[in-house]
Amino acid sequence: MLFEYILQLADNQLILAQRLSELCGHGPALEQDIAITNISLDLIGQSRLLFQYAGKLDEQHRNEDQLAFLRPEKEYRNLLLVEQPNRDFAHVVLRQYLFDEFNFLNYSGLTNSKDEELAAIATKSLMEVKYHLRFSKNWVLRLGDGTAISHRKMQDALNNLWMYAGEMFEKTAIERDLVKAGIAVDVEQLMPTWKESVMSTLKEATLNIPEGGWYQSGGKKGVHSEHLGHLLAEMQFMQRAYPNLTW
Amino acid sequence: MKTKEEVYQILSKVTDPEIPVLTLEDLGVIRDIRVISDDEVNIKITPTYSGCPATDVMADDIRAALFVAGFSKIKIEQVISPAWTTDWLSPKGKEKLNKYGIAPPVAAVSLEEAIVECPHCGSKNTQVISAFGSTACKALFQCHDCLEPFDYFKCHV
Ligand SMILES: [Zn+2]
Repeated sequence: MLFEYILQLADNQLILAQRLSELCGHGPALEQDIAITNISLDLIGQSRLLFQYAGKLDEQHRNEDQLAFLRPEKEYRNLLLVEQPNRDFAHVVLRQYLFDEFNFLNYSGLTNSKDEELAAIATKSLMEVKYHLRFSKNWVLRLGDGTAISHRKMQDALNNLWMYAGEMFEKTAIERDLVKAGIAVDVEQLMPTWKESVMSTLKEATLNIPEGGWYQSGGKKGVHSEHLGHLLAEMQFMQRAYPNLTW
Repeated sequence: MKTKEEVYQILSKVTDPEIPVLTLEDLGVIRDIRVISDDEVNIKITPTYSGCPATDVMADDIRAALFVAGFSKIKIEQVISPAWTTDWLSPKGKEKLNKYGIAPPVAAVSLEEAIVECPHCGSKNTQVISAFGSTACKALFQCHDCLEPFDYFKCHV
């Protein structure tokens, strides 16, 4: 049970890191290229800490690399939001911002987890996530309240990605039990604080939240958008083609 | 059998692969040393940033240094709690960074508000260019007096 919960946390960091790594050498400008790849590296590091921990609990005794690279698509438990394609820089920073606000609250809560190892990983990761949040929030503000073109692109990104935000606060049965045990964070309870921060940023960025409360979910249950398969094909290629390959 | 202090002296000569002027002692990443016997030793180190690729290289370098010193059973464990912060950088380490051309970390609310001294000319008239730099631990700054760009070792707390 704890194993599945840790994988779910790890998958979010890993899949987003993989998405961001696609911008390595392709960022809109050198500074942003460096920033995005640095964030990607932090997230890979955080996912490694989680996968290493999950590996210790795995009944099949898989190590961090096997867990990260050799599971089939349906076994990934990441949010639909983090697997969405980059499209343009507006989508990249908005996706990052929506997730960073959540990641910040989630890790903050986990620092008080009764599971000591999880609390230690959260404490370590949180220091890095705070830095990511500052970056993504600044870009949402700068581009949203920027030129007519940057504003339009940010609004398009918000219109496209907003429907994936709700899933972050959907509690699975496993989470429900682990919340009772004082191990997991109750994501439902993070929603009001998240919404308050995000609303205030979007307002300052002169962006409008799309109407309607409908949202798309499935990632946490292993039902993904078509984008994840393509991402995994690239990410898993080396391990599938050359099993047990190491650097 | 070597003492803990002797092993510490060996480890403190191992340097950071990305910032070679800093030793592991300067970085504050050595957390525990247990000498078990003449040829067996257990070491605990802590990573700086969770994704820092230098951490694995440091572990390899520690292993090599201890092997040369006569140990054959070397166990290196990574501990992440308490989490490393830049407060653990030694004063000597901060001085070395500055001489090397990297401004050492200063406590501040944000990078924009941090008063960072230019490592080239000492001016405080400097400005952040990029919050991220060539490695996880650095940001990029510019000096308005000597006009040189420079790396700043981010305050990580
Ligand atoms: Zn200067």
